Amino acid sequence: MSFPYLTVLVLLPAAGAVAVAALPRVRRQVHETLGLVVALATLGFTIAMAVQMRPQDPGYQFVSHHVWASSIGVSWYVGVDGISVFLVLLAGVLFPLALAGARSRTDARSFVAWMLLLESACIGSFVSLDLVLFFLFFELTLVPAYFIISGWGFERRAYAAVKFFVYTFLGSAFLLVGIVVVAFLHQSQTGVLTFALPALEHTRFSSTTGILLFLAFTAAFAVKAPLFPLHTWSPDAYAEAPAAGSVIIAAVLAKLGTYGLIRFDLNLFPHASRTLAPLLLTLAVIGVLYGALVACAQSDLKRLVAYSSLAQVGFIALGTFALSTEGLVGGVLLMVNHGLVTAGFFLLIGWIYERRKSWQLSELGGLQSPAPLMAAAFTVIMLASIGLPGLNGFVSEFLVLAGTFLTHRWWAVVATAGVVGAALYLLWAYQQAFHGPPRPSVATTADLSWAERVVIAPLIVLVVLLGVYPQPVINRITPAVDRLVAHVEQPAPAAQPAVATTQGTGR
Amino acid sequence: MLHAAYLMALFPLAGFVVLVLAGRRLGDPWAGWVGTAAVSASFVVACLSLGSLWGEPATARHFVENYYTWIAVGHLQVHVGVLVDPLSMTMCMFVTGVSALIHLYSIGYMRRDSEFSKFFIYMNLFVFSMVVLVLSDNLLVTFVGWEGVGVCSYFLIAYWHERPTAASAGKKAFVYNRIGDAGFLIAMFLIFSKLKTLDMVTIFAHRASLGPDATTAAVLLLLLAATGKSAQIPLFNWLPDAMEGPTPVSALIHAATMVTAGVYLLCRMNPLLANSPDAMWVIAVIGGVTAFVAATIATSQQDIKKVLAFSTVSQIGYMTLAAGTGAYVAAIFLMVAHAFYKALLFLGAGSVIHGLHDEQDIKRMGGLARVLPWTYATFLVAWLAIAGIPPLSGFWAKGDVLDNAFRKSPALWALGVLTAVLTAYYMTRLFVVTFRGEARWATQRGGSHEPPHECPWVMRLPLVVLAVLAFAGGILGLPWVHRAGLGSWLGPVFGPALYDAREGAGLQVVLAVVDALAAVIGLGVAAWAWRAEVDRPTLEPQFLQRVWYWDDAYDALVGRPGQALARVASVVVESRIIDGAVNGVAEAVRASAAGVRRLQTGYVRNYALGITLGLAAVVAFVVSRVWWS
Repeated sequence: MSFPYLTVLVLLPAAGAVAVAALPRVRRQVHETLGLVVALATLGFTIAMAVQMRPQDPGYQFVSHHVWASSIGVSWYVGVDGISVFLVLLAGVLFPLALAGARSRTDARSFVAWMLLLESACIGSFVSLDLVLFFLFFELTLVPAYFIISGWGFERRAYAAVKFFVYTFLGSAFLLVGIVVVAFLHQSQTGVLTFALPALEHTRFSSTTGILLFLAFTAAFAVKAPLFPLHTWSPDAYAEAPAAGSVIIAAVLAKLGTYGLIRFDLNLFPHASRTLAPLLLTLAVIGVLYGALVACAQSDLKRLVAYSSLAQVGFIALGTFALSTEGLVGGVLLMVNHGLVTAGFFLLIGWIYERRKSWQLSELGGLQSPAPLMAAAFTVIMLASIGLPGLNGFVSEFLVLAGTFLTHRWWAVVATAGVVGAALYLLWAYQQAFHGPPRPSVATTADLSWAERVVIAPLIVLVVLLGVYPQPVINRITPAVDRLVAHVEQPAPAAQPAVATTQGTGR
Repeated sequence: MLHAAYLMALFPLAGFVVLVLAGRRLGDPWAGWVGTAAVSASFVVACLSLGSLWGEPATARHFVENYYTWIAVGHLQVHVGVLVDPLSMTMCMFVTGVSALIHLYSIGYMRRDSEFSKFFIYMNLFVFSMVVLVLSDNLLVTFVGWEGVGVCSYFLIAYWHERPTAASAGKKAFVYNRIGDAGFLIAMFLIFSKLKTLDMVTIFAHRASLGPDATTAAVLLLLLAATGKSAQIPLFNWLPDAMEGPTPVSALIHAATMVTAGVYLLCRMNPLLANSPDAMWVIAVIGGVTAFVAATIATSQQDIKKVLAFSTVSQIGYMTLAAGTGAYVAAIFLMVAHAFYKALLFLGAGSVIHGLHDEQDIKRMGGLARVLPWTYATFLVAWLAIAGIPPLSGFWAKGDVLDNAFRKSPALWALGVLTAVLTAYYMTRLFVVTFRGEARWATQRGGSHEPPHECPWVMRLPLVVLAVLAFAGGILGLPWVHRAGLGSWLGPVFGPALYDAREGAGLQVVLAVVDALAAVIGLGVAAWAWRAEVDRPTLEPQFLQRVWYWDDAYDALVGRPGQALARVASVVVESRIIDGAVNGVAEAVRASAAGVRRLQTGYVRNYALGITLGLAAVVAFVVSRVWWS
């Protein structure tokens, strides 16, 4: 048996969390260093795993499958394919950066422990192939995220944390019902009770049932992503969370939503996905334009980035429900790219806040003169978000739009207007924050410290690298996406012969 | 040497990287010399490549090489490569050559700037982007360069970032360009969806299967892109604001790079244009109208750089007109000639501004001929060249454009000739008011003004070289040596022109005489009108000073409604409706559970802890089962 990478990846941060929590409160550096070491070790394992993956294999790899409650069909079933591996990598990269670049002001022990537990839950969600297991991890992410927002957040943290928790929790309720119904329908068709995704993929649904179940799953994922109009928890949560919280919630945690759409919606309900694609595409396009529009009216830098994130998530959903290889590869790539860019934004904004104690654009102004390196880093991240070719955002955005144009021409045309919008509000924000004569209070602002440079540099390197040479990543995403697109394109149930599942015996 | 064509892009990129890493340590002036050397090396490679290409037989002057795969998904296969042919090499020659001169000049002009090395970082990146744009054999890689020059112009226009006007102008340039870029993107989606490729050679080979409607749509979308980048109606009004950048930047944007990109794109895509006569009409009309409108505005501007800016818009309008009439050779001919004399005009203006310590208002100049002799003499050449006085380059190039316009539509030709009169008029006004008459700079501002000083040799040398080129550039396309000039060189790229302007020698002579007369009339009127008096409000109506109220109209029709819409979306839709519904539901639940007041925080907190503990137990159970099974 090969090395159980995924089990280790899930358990290592959790074990780290326990260890950090168990250490006595001596000096904050001890907890922080231990947390960073654990997160870096996790990163090491994710890289080792990614290197050993077979690039051309469309299926799940590093699978470990242990039935542990056969009577109710639940199993420890984990695996990665070309889609999820990059999200695991993303989590692996961003957690150490968030821990190093956005440290807590108080109670480092609990903070680091919650962060590590969150990493465990995120990675667990990305690698779960059992629906119940996925649901457990999906729910588990809420807990540390809730405590991080409410414990270390800003002024309105209590409101934001409760809103975040209740809102996403309500979405999950639909998901849980959906999971149970799918499993029972599968049992009635095959006689086998299982929650394993590869088996459930072949469950047949009448068109109404399929659509209802699709909507139940989508409710949970659309809240998490967040998709218009279920997004209003996100600006509050992103704005009120501490910097590390914003980085992880926006860049990693929210990806669970878009990942769920791809992994579960498309795999379980191919026909309903096709039927309802226009609806989701429409919401995605509205999200792109609406996010840009509302971002234009923000006076708060952190909220502005939150709304720009809404627009970017719209692009991810657009690529997903375009249901073409180009669009879906672009959507997956955009998840990674958006994660890197958003993390960069929230780290930089956190550093600005540490110096200026404000995110109000009107209270910044002229930062470029005293802090040219910070301005340069912000510029690169901003241009990646705008979609400048040569940086990572463009490749994914182009694939999404070109892929959407192939199947849903007018949606792509309208969404392209969002490309203009991004330039409008981000450049406006940059001008407000960085250009102009520095106010007397701003003129003494310190530029990036060495520690901050070390944290932001990997992000900038990745932003450039994935913009100039994305092909190694694309090559690994494509086989899994091809398989998925073929799965979605299979003919509707009426025209389909009875499916023999691997465990299936028929009724 | 053709196999080394990529070096043309690589040298400026290397310069960029070196300056990013070590620019501050190199400092003033060495960072400037590194930047200049990088672009000069690029020019040398261009010359050698041109020589190699020249050595090939005319039909074999077409060289494609791919270096690596950028994006490959499904049908979308994008390789980074070069397409070396007479068109791209012509572009590369003047892009790198003129840019090298502008870099050299900048060493003097930017002297003692606090962020000297940063200037050359952007400049090298600018040239790199332009070379990529021109050399690429794939639309998507062209788009990389296309966006690259856009973002570099943003950096350079907003270079003096502490000035609010410069920051706004940079942003405006980028946003206007982005609007055009959306057109470019949709055009690519359309072409890709039909032909499953973005490779130019393949697109041209299969253009017939695009269908007439899609072809027209694609060409019009590319035209939208071109109007953004090349500052044509309706997206032209970013260019005058772009004057906020340092003057060498204006020279770079206006003469050698950036604004020529739109016209280049239309010329490069000529096989598609040929399949859509309707779209070509639109192109021609936009070009002709832009040329005229911008020329009228140029007659009434007071800022030396704004006159030149609108002049650029007008000249690019001529090039667009030429592209719309299928006279691609004429478009490129004018582009090259314009690169010479417009670079010279801007560098000359820079020398004046430099000499007068950042004075840009021509009404406060005058009498500079004696104190700035080099600038004066070279500016004189540029003035006559752009005015279209024979035998300078502008006369031949503009004549070529107008000949073709006459064949397409006498109305467009008449508009072009009227524009020619205006061109001679506004340039003469600029020249006379700036260099002749009394020295108003000495009397104003309390008279304590230091006398203007002539610029150092690094700035004078480019002026002289460009003056020679602006004077003699017409040699490239003299009508009677057509078979040996630019026409035969570019011929294989463009195929047979729609109208061979060289047919009918009699008509051609008549048209040439009309051109020359137009120039002389404009020149004469301006020389007479502005010979003594510099305040003539009747000749500078508010309507023209305010750019036909174009910015005001955009502000009223797009800007303000857009802002209002954003506010409504943010304050009403987002806060009241969408979030209001969410909070309303929460409130209703809370009210209905009136007894459970502590639901708000305590409950969630306990619940969250419950989940954690429960899950921990579950995980512990799982792990134990897995480990011991």
